[in-house]
Amino acid sequence: MSFSVTEPNKGTKWFAGVLVVGYALVTIAPLLWIIATGFKSPADSIAYPPKVVFEPSMEGYVNLFTERTRATDDMLEAAGEPTTWYEEIARDQGTVISGPSRYGERFLNSVIIGFGSTALCMILGTAAAYAFSRFRVPLKDDLLFFILSTRMMPPIAVAIPIFLMFRNLGLNDTHLGMILLYTGVNLSLSVWLLKGFIDEIPIEYEEAALIDGYTRFQAFYKVVLPQAATGIASTAIFCLIFAWNEYAFAVLLTSGTAQTAPPFIPTIIGVGGKDWPAVAAGATIFLVPVMVFTILLRKHLLRGITFGAVRK
Amino acid sequence: MKNIPIEKIASATPDSVARHIRGLSDRSIAWIFVAPTIFLLLAINIFPLIWTVWLSFTNSRVNRPNRDVEWVGLRNYERILTDSDIWNTMQATAHFLIWTIVLQVLIGFMLAFLINKKFKGNDLWTTIIVFPMMLSPAVVGNFWTFLYQPQIGLFNYVIAFFTGADPASFSMIGDVHLAPWAIVIADTWMWTPFVMLICLAGLRSIPNSIYEAAECDRASKWRQFWTITIPMVLPFLMLAVLFRGIENFKMFDLVVQLTGGGPGNTTTLTSIDLKREAFEKWRTGYSSAYAVILFVTVFGLASIYVKALNKVKER
Repeated sequence: MSFSVTEPNKGTKWFAGVLVVGYALVTIAPLLWIIATGFKSPADSIAYPPKVVFEPSMEGYVNLFTERTRATDDMLEAAGEPTTWYEEIARDQGTVISGPSRYGERFLNSVIIGFGSTALCMILGTAAAYAFSRFRVPLKDDLLFFILSTRMMPPIAVAIPIFLMFRNLGLNDTHLGMILLYTGVNLSLSVWLLKGFIDEIPIEYEEAALIDGYTRFQAFYKVVLPQAATGIASTAIFCLIFAWNEYAFAVLLTSGTAQTAPPFIPTIIGVGGKDWPAVAAGATIFLVPVMVFTILLRKHLLRGITFGAVRK
Repeated sequence: MKNIPIEKIASATPDSVARHIRGLSDRSIAWIFVAPTIFLLLAINIFPLIWTVWLSFTNSRVNRPNRDVEWVGLRNYERILTDSDIWNTMQATAHFLIWTIVLQVLIGFMLAFLINKKFKGNDLWTTIIVFPMMLSPAVVGNFWTFLYQPQIGLFNYVIAFFTGADPASFSMIGDVHLAPWAIVIADTWMWTPFVMLICLAGLRSIPNSIYEAAECDRASKWRQFWTITIPMVLPFLMLAVLFRGIENFKMFDLVVQLTGGGPGNTTTLTSIDLKREAFEKWRTGYSSAYAVILFVTVFGLASIYVKALNKVKER
């Protein structure tokens, strides 16, 4: 075995490991608490001392997805026996389900707007990044500066004219408006990241393809795109996460049809006080996909969050 | 017809036409590829910016479309800069900015330093630590109000457990003195991993040979830390501070969900104040001027900072 002065010794490793694991456990405690609260009954969720061991209940999820009305004994009798498990849960609370809640719709809006803007952003972004990487295009060197300066503007500040613009164009509270907006916000960063990935592909591959009689277009989608696939995928996940999490524009520019989940989840209230299990259930369904994406993204995380300034 | 050799025809055809025959020229492809992006960036980023600047010189109120919009010159700017409430807001923002950056840099660097000791499973734990910063700040902020509840909240319970205080005796988001710290804690929880990741990249960029050379010269570990590790990581650390500074200067979603700017105005950060002026009081002209002032402030500070950063990099 070779000896290295820079390799930390066993004791140091142990010590470092214990501290980091300790921090990690503290830091995910609130997240685990969200997930756990979603499976508590409303009474358990506000118990003192906070309950770590509890009897799991689907009340939060049922309350999240349904609208319920308080039922009198006559109404309960008239409604007959509950036929599904979720009706039974509602019945146990003394309520009958009167219809679905708007959470499903809002979640779907998040999906449509998130994936729509990501797709558009990737189509436009990849083409532009290729041009920026391979051709002499004006404004090329100003791009990073441009990205940084647009990021300095608080979203609320840009929201005023965008609100006016959308009102004139009839785009307020529409899916299309939000897709275009998020695409515009994400585009400069995506182009910059994608340019970094395409820069890493040797130009000789395309030259060989051009000599073989490919046109530029063919060389682009037959040679460059497959090579840049992982880069495009990770940039896409970044765009998706941004659009998914965005709150300021969503709360100011949408109120009904196109409202996404982040402005909606905090408005979930129960009968007589906040229904925390329902809020936690809504948050869990909304946050867990992002955690999965984070795991997929871990190798390119750094590049994305620093706008390509640190590449590792 | 005379027989012309094929090569002659080829060389006589102008370059541009020749390319056109094979497909589009590189130049036109470049434009086709770039144009939609440029158009969208102009529409979503540049055009609103220009509109904001124009609005800032008027008395426009978008909730009253029938009223004539008058040009008022610099009056909006004058009113903002002489308004004492704005300075309170700036103070709250400064408190938030300074403390979040100090805590995140300290904890983030320490974590990166420890993770760089390459203990078994460090990749897995790094990914777990990163989770908070990838999540929706509004949704997370909303849930933190639950953690901060007196009596039933997990945060209060844990603090009470270690200090012996009564968990119902303090309210992190209801108390004038505690609320500014409540937002600092939540933001630190969320964004420390960001600083950690950048520091980790910095630490991993230091070649082992430098430490080996130092070891040969019998430099102590302590000395190595201060003369090798810190200076080599400093540019990365400064970059992390730049990003966190910009992000937290425009902080909105997390804090508005946590405290809504209260109690009183103790956690009214600039973005929250701006939102009230623009979308609750509907003072469009005034709030546009406010936005321009904020933008110029960040832009100016960031430019100075980037110059300093470049100097550190050169060393």
